[in-house]
Amino acid sequence: MSAFMLIFRGSPPHRDSPEQLQQHMQKWMTWFEGLTRDGVYKGQGAPLEAEGKVLRGTRKTLSDGPYAEAKDLVGGYAIIEARDLDAAVEVARGCPTYERDGAVEVRPVRTM
Amino acid sequence: MTEDVRELAEHLFRHETGRIVSSLVRVLGVAHLALAEDAVQDALVRALETWKFGSTPEHPAAWLTRAARNRAIDLLRHDSRTDPLGAELAASLEAETASGRPAGHAIPDDELRLMFSCCDPGLSRPAQVAVVLKYLGGFSAREIAEALLSSEAAIEKQLFRSRRVLSARGKLLDVGDPGLVRERLPAVHDAIYLLFSEGYHGSHPEQVVREDLCHEAIRLGVMLSRLPAASGPETQALLALFCFLAARLPARTDDDGNLLLLAEQDRTRWDRSLIEEGMRRLDASAEGEELTARHLEAAIAARHASAPSFAATDWGGILELYDLLLRLDPSPIVALNRAIALGMAEGPEAGLQALAEIPDRERLRRYPFYPAAMAELEARAGRGERAAGLLEAALRLGRNPAERELLARKLAACRGSDGSAVVAPP
Repeated sequence: MSAFMLIFRGSPPHRDSPEQLQQHMQKWMTWFEGLTRDGVYKGQGAPLEAEGKVLRGTRKTLSDGPYAEAKDLVGGYAIIEARDLDAAVEVARGCPTYERDGAVEVRPVRTM
Repeated sequence: MTEDVRELAEHLFRHETGRIVSSLVRVLGVAHLALAEDAVQDALVRALETWKFGSTPEHPAAWLTRAARNRAIDLLRHDSRTDPLGAELAASLEAETASGRPAGHAIPDDELRLMFSCCDPGLSRPAQVAVVLKYLGGFSAREIAEALLSSEAAIEKQLFRSRRVLSARGKLLDVGDPGLVRERLPAVHDAIYLLFSEGYHGSHPEQVVREDLCHEAIRLGVMLSRLPAASGPETQALLALFCFLAARLPARTDDDGNLLLLAEQDRTRWDRSLIEEGMRRLDASAEGEELTARHLEAAIAARHASAPSFAATDWGGILELYDLLLRLDPSPIVALNRAIALGMAEGPEAGLQALAEIPDRERLRRYPFYPAAMAELEARAGRGERAAGLLEAALRLGRNPAERELLARKLAACRGSDGSAVVAPP
């Protein structure tokens, strides 16, 4: 088994109604619950705050986030276990984020 | 944060929206309704982004209240450059939070105060219903538009205008003042009644029964009944009516979602506990001198609720109640239902005559259950041909697929055999 990082991108659904927000959230919770039960996800993951700072270059220039368009904003990450990249992609396919125009980046974690 | 995945209460976000908006507006005044709404929306999005990873806080409601309060304070501080009151209001929110009242513990009267404030005489009834749905029910403009058969843009515009009217009032209405409560109570009753009716009889093209609206009306009614100055007989009668009608919801459609008539419903699927609750409320509504239209409607619904079958219903008793109701509320719909009861109590010819004599029957011109009721009585009088013709007319007036399906089914039965099931509004 190898480790993969799922990077969740997309802007939060600010325009959704309270009911829609709760329903969408419950889909995520169900998804994570399933991954936890299957031993794919071991709790290594978290949401990220939208605000932040970026340091860049030899002069360590400091700038504010967000760093890209809202739809590219990283909202959180999760580390999962999978046989190979294809299997990890299969896991990411089940994420409810696509309903809200989100995207998931699947990246193998290189072993040191 | 806890490790296990907690089951969140159904509609938690929607219900908390009403609770938190009202508690914020208590401190900030009605002029900041929009800001309170933004703060709550922000807190909900924050909750979504955090909780979706699987761990919810131990007290989700308190978490949301705290997040909304913090956001409101930020927004007010940000506004304080343009709004001199902003900093002051932010400070009073902070003081309230610091005063030891556990965050998330709203004062029970907050929502009632907002409800009475929303039913402002400066707003039309539909506008009142829309603001109640928006700020107490936590419905979005689009959901309100779907519920009230309007467009999202029209509802947005209406809410904007309503907010301006309400803003001018400054503070929330004081529900501790029995005079003020009594003055506005009829408007509050009407708004809740309209809300329930929209859910129950709504002419939504896709969904026949929008149970959410019915349950929201009941929730607000129960809340109202806890306020001493508003808990009188009429509120009890209103709640009794809601309970009896809501008890039928599980039986109103078959497994395929087809609308079932009162005569066709499987009465074992009626919610007995709601019927019992309705009976208790009906008893409570009997104290006092006044007999209102709500009392009579509730009493009629109670007769149906306690009847073992459609045929074995106390039609004579129901007819008497309709006679009284017609005096208080001489509307063509009441007259139509009275004629159906008369037809059951005294035979089809009496029913047909009453239908033909409804004073404002012109107003029923586009109501499919008017020709359908005639058809039923004609069929029972043995005139199948006429019944079929009337059902065809009714079918053309059907307002949604479920109604049309139901009327087509009746038409087929009428042509096929005696068409004996009664076509009365379910």
